[in-house]
Amino acid sequence: MSLRPTVSERDHIQGNKEAVIELVEYGDYQCPHCGRAYPIVKRMQEELGDQLRFVFRNFPLTNIHPEATMAAVATEAAALQNKYWEMHDIIFENQDQLAKDFLLDYAKAIDLNIKKFEKDLEDTALTEKVRADFESGIRSGVNATPTFFINGEKYNNGWEGDRLLEYIKANKISVLHY
Amino acid sequence: MLPIGIIAPDFELYSTPDQKLRLSDLRNKKVILAFYPADWSPVCGDQMALYNEMLQYFYKHNAVMIGISVDSKWSHLAFIQSHKFHFPLLSDFEPKGKVARSYEAYDEETGACERALYVIDERGIIRWNYLSPVGINPGADGILDALEEMDQVTTNLSI
Repeated sequence: MSLRPTVSERDHIQGNKEAVIELVEYGDYQCPHCGRAYPIVKRMQEELGDQLRFVFRNFPLTNIHPEATMAAVATEAAALQNKYWEMHDIIFENQDQLAKDFLLDYAKAIDLNIKKFEKDLEDTALTEKVRADFESGIRSGVNATPTFFINGEKYNNGWEGDRLLEYIKANKISVLHY
Repeated sequence: MLPIGIIAPDFELYSTPDQKLRLSDLRNKKVILAFYPADWSPVCGDQMALYNEMLQYFYKHNAVMIGISVDSKWSHLAFIQSHKFHFPLLSDFEPKGKVARSYEAYDEETGACERALYVIDERGIIRWNYLSPVGINPGADGILDALEEMDQVTTNLSI
């Protein structure tokens, strides 16, 4: 399965934009497995440095994770103040506390303009962006979280421990497929 | 698996402890039949949980989702309540697996349904099918592609 649509300017990209390795994660801020994947991705970013660019797309399962969508919207609201990744990190690091009051605390902790942040949380365009991420996940064959794509191709094996990193090294992935 | 183009075998199964659902009562809608091995799969990204998030996309195509396994109606009730499912799960319980067998989606060795998907059109004809390896969640992209293609064909015909 391939990523549909491919990474573009509408995505949040962390790391070297020209990197030869592109890792895309479809995740849910309230999913405990995604919480476990969070430090694994961090470690890969440290290890691979400029060779890696990382993209996170939202795939909230709202019926079993009722706070996941608002957490995702909070990251988009933070992005409007150029602090997407700061919010992404602080949310995953406090995954068991995602009620709105906590999100406001996190916004303060990363020095967001709170008035603007609160207003943006209600912006339906941001909810729509999160929904569009979900739809792209469905199109790309995402069926659980986290699901990873490496250079546009779905990665179907385990991601625990060093398995993702070892896969990238073993396959000498160095050419984008698109 | 049954082939594409034939009439989907009719059936009537319990959808709640006291209500039955008959396939032929759903004419004029597309029906997605998802046979699956068992309630209570241990992962977040369970197949049925995924479909539960997809219902609005299915509705857009005039399609309803129905899950079928050999679990009892009481197991289904508890599973539906705990996962907040908004679509019916049918109990192919007595005689066990009869409907799954009629759709060639029954695993005699494990005594459970296979992970088989069918999309049935408004006239009750099978228009798409997919058999997934039992350990692999087939996702929803194939279903959506099938529904879109069916709508395109219908649109072209009506022109």
